[in-house]
Amino acid sequence: MATKHMEHIQPYSPQAGTMIPTKFRKFLRTCVLWQFIRFIAINIKMTLLILKSHH
Amino acid sequence: MARLVVMGGGVSGHTAATFAKKWLGNEHEVVVVTPNSQWNWIPSNIWVGVGEMKKEDVVFPLAPVYEKAGIDYRQAKAVSLHPSGSEKNEKAFITIEYTGQGKEGQTEEVTYDYLINATGPKLNFGATPGLDQGYTVSVCTADHAVHANEELQKVFEKAKTQKQKILIGTGHGMCTCQGAAFEYIFNIEHEAKKAGIRDNLDIKWISNESFLGDFGMGGMHLNVGGYTASSKIFAESLYSERKLEWVIGAHVNKVEAGKAHYELLDGTAGAEEFDFAMLIPPFAGVGLKAFSKNGDDITADIFAPNGFMKVDANYNAGAYENWKASDWPRTLQNPTYQNIFAVGIAFAPPHPISKPMSSPNGTQIFPTPPRTGMPSAMMGKAVAHSIVDMIHGAPQPTHTACMSEMGAACVASAGKGFFTGTAAAMTVYPVVPDFEKYPGVGRDISMTTGEIGLAGHWIKHLLHFAFLWKAKLKPGWTLIPE
Repeated sequence: MATKHMEHIQPYSPQAGTMIPTKFRKFLRTCVLWQFIRFIAINIKMTLLILKSHH
Repeated sequence: MARLVVMGGGVSGHTAATFAKKWLGNEHEVVVVTPNSQWNWIPSNIWVGVGEMKKEDVVFPLAPVYEKAGIDYRQAKAVSLHPSGSEKNEKAFITIEYTGQGKEGQTEEVTYDYLINATGPKLNFGATPGLDQGYTVSVCTADHAVHANEELQKVFEKAKTQKQKILIGTGHGMCTCQGAAFEYIFNIEHEAKKAGIRDNLDIKWISNESFLGDFGMGGMHLNVGGYTASSKIFAESLYSERKLEWVIGAHVNKVEAGKAHYELLDGTAGAEEFDFAMLIPPFAGVGLKAFSKNGDDITADIFAPNGFMKVDANYNAGAYENWKASDWPRTLQNPTYQNIFAVGIAFAPPHPISKPMSSPNGTQIFPTPPRTGMPSAMMGKAVAHSIVDMIHGAPQPTHTACMSEMGAACVASAGKGFFTGTAAAMTVYPVVPDFEKYPGVGRDISMTTGEIGLAGHWIKHLLHFAFLWKAKLKPGWTLIPE
């Protein structure tokens, strides 16, 4: 996979030990259609969490 | 007629008072004592701190709301607690000192049948030498955030022509509220990019967490790509992606103009220079004193040494290895005085959630437990429900709000913008890990989730309007969950 979207990461630095999002993953973060779907999904998840938390 | 007095009008106190009044009606009295004239939706302060919102967007005056609700509002700070009354006053009461309403400085005794302590924290800037000298800013209140933005804009202006250093994080080894600093650093980075000055800014994180993504909850594990992975991995990924360096396990022990000195968990010392720094102060109780009927000081019986109120928690759990989910309070009732409750930041947690750590010099460096946001509102509502039932004859609290039995939804902004904004939308269940119920990572991994994206930003912005709507008691406010 091409890595043109990545900036140089200094080997052996703390940053080099982390996950790096792919170009597609970054695109999805602000893709309105996908994020609308995630908006619905996250809201459902949060609603379930609230229902589970009330005693 | 019974009288419920609520000390504090923040998220938990306001929730408790408004629900209690709604359920009690005009047969009983609800009094709110708070030194503030305005209610503040604190989670949006970070947007005030970067100039994306104005102070007026995150606050509103309390008096008209309480008048509409039929709540007796006293703009005053609580000074002392007299749970058995005094020689002159048979009933339990608190003494208050007015900060507004034209009675500034006047003191008064306010009797109660039930008392909720929702005083929130004292922002303990004095714990770190120099933190209270104006060398750094904070976003803990709306006014602080306004000031933070004024200072930030000066640095942004300078960054158009020269390199500038920004330091964001916690100002002491025992801080909580890393989430606010997390949001602020990412919002600054986002705004710097928008302003075209990112290349001239060196932005660094400093915190008392032993790993990035601890957040005072011992971190959390998320299900991603077939693995259950630590929040450390996701936090480090995000910091790296946004080119934010980090210093962790740090106790900031001295701040001077343009420089923060710190000690690390390995005992070494260091210093960071800055042109702009936002360092969250540690929290302490507000310093309420308690007295017996004959005037003896019983503060230590009711409050923990850090000033937070003792409730039905197990304060004798001992070492980290012995901690259990059941140590955490359920009813939030004071064990000595059954008509006193504490909610939100005001209750004394039995112990931290993150593992306590010390440097070889004996300096304690670890996050203290968060009790803000959704959990604090849920505590306020549960305690209001219990008190209403007790006023109606229930012998003991009927509702619980235990942090080891409740979840939290947390939306941490990483930049504002309807199409360009992002936020980390996280759910965690339960807030306090329960390793007996959920062996392994201590939490229900189907309910502990996190992702970053525009959807999170939309939710955070939506919550801003929803919670202000709810706090103003506008139509349908009870339908909006805590």
